[in-house]
Amino acid sequence: MFKGMIHKGSLSALAGLLAVMLILPYFMPRFYLYLIASILVMALLAMSLNLVVGFGGLFQFHHGVFYGVGAYAIALLITKTGLPQWICFILAPFAAALAGLIIGLICIRLRQLYFAMIQISLGSLLWALAFRWYDFTGGDDGIHGIPMPDILSGIHNSYYFILIVFTLSIIALFFILSSPFGITLQAARDNAQRCEAIGVFVKRHQLFAIVIASFFAGVAGVLFVVLEGSVFPDLLFWVLSLEILIMCLLGGWFTFAGPIIGAALMLSLRSFIGMQTEYWTLILGIILALLIFFLPQGVWGYILEKVKPHKEAVVEREA
Amino acid sequence: MDTASAYGLSELAVQLLVGLSRSMILFIIAAGLSLILGVLRVPNVAHGSLYMIGAFAAFTVNTVVGGSLGFWLSLILAPLFVALVSFAAERALFCHLYEREHLMLLLFTFALMLILGDMVKLFWGVEYKSVTAPDILKGSVMILGQPFPTYNLFLLVIGPVVGFGLWLFVNKTRVGKISKAAAVDRMMVGALGINVSWVFCTAFVIGCFLAGLGGALVAPTMGLTLGMDHAIIMEAFLIVVIGGLGNIWGALVGALIFGITHSLGVMLLPQFAIIFPYVAVVIVLIFWPRGLLKSVW
Repeated sequence: MFKGMIHKGSLSALAGLLAVMLILPYFMPRFYLYLIASILVMALLAMSLNLVVGFGGLFQFHHGVFYGVGAYAIALLITKTGLPQWICFILAPFAAALAGLIIGLICIRLRQLYFAMIQISLGSLLWALAFRWYDFTGGDDGIHGIPMPDILSGIHNSYYFILIVFTLSIIALFFILSSPFGITLQAARDNAQRCEAIGVFVKRHQLFAIVIASFFAGVAGVLFVVLEGSVFPDLLFWVLSLEILIMCLLGGWFTFAGPIIGAALMLSLRSFIGMQTEYWTLILGIILALLIFFLPQGVWGYILEKVKPHKEAVVEREA
Repeated sequence: MDTASAYGLSELAVQLLVGLSRSMILFIIAAGLSLILGVLRVPNVAHGSLYMIGAFAAFTVNTVVGGSLGFWLSLILAPLFVALVSFAAERALFCHLYEREHLMLLLFTFALMLILGDMVKLFWGVEYKSVTAPDILKGSVMILGQPFPTYNLFLLVIGPVVGFGLWLFVNKTRVGKISKAAAVDRMMVGALGINVSWVFCTAFVIGCFLAGLGGALVAPTMGLTLGMDHAIIMEAFLIVVIGGLGNIWGALVGALIFGITHSLGVMLLPQFAIIFPYVAVVIVLIFWPRGLLKSVW
């Protein structure tokens, strides 16, 4: 299904976009640069979620936990241990992947809503720990002023770092999804029974997908710390998890780039409507309701449908 | 509240009773959620917001009418107002989505939560609100030589009453029986010539009424703030899940587990009290992944 996306036109368009992103800091005000950087962080998080929800068909309702674990891992590693900082940067996503493995192992035995619920309860457990363990995690205040390497100081440097890591991560996600593993994952989403029958260990595939998604959520968590320099328990709260689900919906499930569009829409809406009125969640709620009614395939899904009215445009999920 | 050793047996018993009375509010809210989950099969994320609206509406009734009459009226009017809001939302929007995928329904209730949350901010403002209980429920009574708040005693009475009423509705009325049948096989119920859409509407409105009642009941026990919807909804969900989806008695069992483990946590490790119920939920779900009692689906 990704064959259509790699043709020359879109590849050069992507290269052009990347070039524009690279020169942005030279004429963009700090505010917009910060906004774009936070969009990239959220987009990576939403894409990692889409790997399991859109392509894996799992009810990953508390994906924010892995993002929070990644962020807290790097914050704690830097402030509490004497490890060199670059090691902390590498270890933190693995901590998130480990959390994904443990939570995934418990959840994967169940299906659909039960899967979602046990994940939410495990995630809430971690949230409550971070919220209350003042000595270790800073409690509801979180940890602020996390020291970062000099090379990442200033919005320009952190913007470039985030852009590079984001680009590498989505390339990795792209190859994972178009690999035999990714194809099998989608096959298991569409018909798990048939997959089992031809000898695919569906649960193990899905667990592996959760671990990969958690890893990239952890990467997004690290990027968040690079951008903000602080962590707080809201990163692990279920509201964030639902928000990223909505980003996937806004952009379009079952499309590769959808979550990026969704994250960009949501964060820009938040900052621009938030400047005008304090009732931005009301407006977001209305937009969301309208989308559910009129554009259930998401913005990007809709565009793909219009541009390429063939069957490969949007992979329909069997009901 | 210092250390566990400072508690005698009677303190322990009273502390458990406090947990039990907190369970009753959780039970009322979770029972409503469970009814909606059982019949419509939708996790209603907006349930917490409806609970919040119930609490704020109770505040309004209390300030407009005043006195103990205001309190008793608020127990009726606030849930009715919530039921009206949910009826409007269901008939205008939600009922058109029943054929869609479940994830869409869930996200729609999330959209509803965002809208309702800001509506509360719009109508009631951001200030902290509080409701006082009527004189008859103020103060405390002595139980085992320990003071026990009278209002909690009232909650201990009203919880089983609501539970019994709900049981009567589900098992003894025609609508209740139909909604039970619709929970099991909605196609068949439709084939029998029953308007399933209206059955869903009834179940949804009754469930939301219970959320509003929970809000009205909780109002005198805590300060009303805008974040109270986020705090309650996850607890209510977990209660419903450990009890067994759609099972009203399961909601009771789950609420008891939640309330009692929380009050145990307050005694043993006050700092980590909120972790105890979550640990209990994880343990229950590891051993009984489908909940303690039989779920409807």
